[in-house]
Amino acid sequence: MTGQEREAGPGLDTLGRRSQRDGVRPTVIRLERVTLRYRVPRERIGSIKEYVIRKIKRLVFFDEIEALADFDLSVRPGETLGVIGRNGAGKSTLFKLIARVLYPSSGRVVVEGRIAPLLELGLGFHGELTGRENVMLQGALLGFSRREMRRRLPGIVAWSELAEFIDSPIRTYSSGMTARLAFAVATDVEPDILLVDEALAVGDERFQLKCRERIDAFRQAGKTVLLVSHDLTQIRENCRRTVWIHKGCLVRDGDSESVTAAYHAWSLTGSEIPPDPQASGSASG
Amino acid sequence: MRLDGVAGGVHPIYDSARRPPRAIEEARGLWAYRNLVAELAIRDIKIRYKRSVLGVFWTMLAPLLNMVALTLVFSALLKTQIQNYPVYYLAGSLFWTFFSQTTSSTASHTQEANEMTKRIFIPRSVFVASAIAVGLVNLALSIVPMLLLLLVMGFPLHATWFFLPVGVVLLSLFSAGVSLILFTVASRFSDVREMYLVLVQTWFFLTPIVYHPAIIPPRLRFALWLNPMYYLIQTARRPIYDGLIPSAALLAAAAGVSVTALAIGWVYFSRHADQYAFES
Repeated sequence: MTGQEREAGPGLDTLGRRSQRDGVRPTVIRLERVTLRYRVPRERIGSIKEYVIRKIKRLVFFDEIEALADFDLSVRPGETLGVIGRNGAGKSTLFKLIARVLYPSSGRVVVEGRIAPLLELGLGFHGELTGRENVMLQGALLGFSRREMRRRLPGIVAWSELAEFIDSPIRTYSSGMTARLAFAVATDVEPDILLVDEALAVGDERFQLKCRERIDAFRQAGKTVLLVSHDLTQIRENCRRTVWIHKGCLVRDGDSESVTAAYHAWSLTGSEIPPDPQASGSASG
Repeated sequence: MRLDGVAGGVHPIYDSARRPPRAIEEARGLWAYRNLVAELAIRDIKIRYKRSVLGVFWTMLAPLLNMVALTLVFSALLKTQIQNYPVYYLAGSLFWTFFSQTTSSTASHTQEANEMTKRIFIPRSVFVASAIAVGLVNLALSIVPMLLLLLVMGFPLHATWFFLPVGVVLLSLFSAGVSLILFTVASRFSDVREMYLVLVQTWFFLTPIVYHPAIIPPRLRFALWLNPMYYLIQTARRPIYDGLIPSAALLAAAAGVSVTALAIGWVYFSRHADQYAFES
């Protein structure tokens, strides 16, 4: 991809960066020419003995993978941004950069506000612990104090409708119940930015509906939501703006209708990505 | 970046271009996530004691069983010169167990840490800190049977017991330093833990716990002086067994090795903290 600025909607970014200095916060997420390189060993060397032997014989080789290349993105507060692309295109990498799980090899990532990563619902849940104990642990994983979590516990229990099971070990829960509890914790903590990675594909219909309602409430409260999904209908329904990532590059950024249409057309035909009619330069993958 | 704003509801700002030095960033992160340290420790303790009925008793019983076996061997067979051998052995081995358990348990938390830090942001040092916390709880539990033993044997409960926390703190700092290095290497290589277990077993016998340092011939004394655990075990054992406060020289040596280990461990650890998410 060429280095030109890819504007997110008309005039958004110019406006954004200027008033940044005036103390207003027009962007909550800003990626400036971000490149992320992984150094992947050609063969997985899991033991230190093998590593030392290979190092002496000079048999340690690395491949460099560029997960994101020269990536620019600005997201305004209150925006709901759809992120689409094939598996391995760099969608998760983008989320991980925003969530501070990965750091850019070059470029800059600025995030203002508290993030709730719905990347992995129920990460760190332990089957032997009760629902209540797991909620406390989840809260701690999100950086909350014990007192804060005690205050939030009733709301979390109420929303998840698990009051009668909250003191049973969660190994006795169904997967839907676990998901409900996890979602309740992740969203009860009042994040400014919600990263949703197809997390809603779990649970029964009622739960999915409740999740949608909650995400809608977030959007109405002016929170920022980033949604990764392969379900283009879901993207169109929820997001006005969508970005399409291909092989670590941003190939489209615009209104969801046109971006998903272009993506859909490309998915059917295959290899070449047609140039972006909205951009002046060409967008090569 | 202001991580501490997270819980307070202040707008936290993260700017990848304005990160403080890694060692400082890691320290701030650890402080901001101190509740996670506690929660992880509570979880580990609960799980450990939920699973087995013997649970707590086992923590208390295991050192006593070892003590009985070693007392038989050393007092009856080897006719050791050490007075009140059970007390001598326990007063050293409890602290050794704390060290070896915490360090090897951090090494076994690396997989979990890798899994978590690949998915959400948490400072990795929380895993080392929580292992130390768990170790301290276990140490406190295992002191109970030692106190009982002292009462049964009629061994005096020296006033110098009040000095024990100093030894425990220094030992914790040293254990943290070793754990940080071990954790870093073990996060990358899965066989490090096994190698360490062998090493720590050898290290145990090189440290005067089952035997008295006086039996080491003078020409081999340097091996003791090179062993950081020698100073730390002596510092912790002396108030209990000898009823003495450690000498200034001993204290200085113990403090020196623990602070140095922690400093080296911290810098090494935080320097490598970024790359974990790529590994495994």
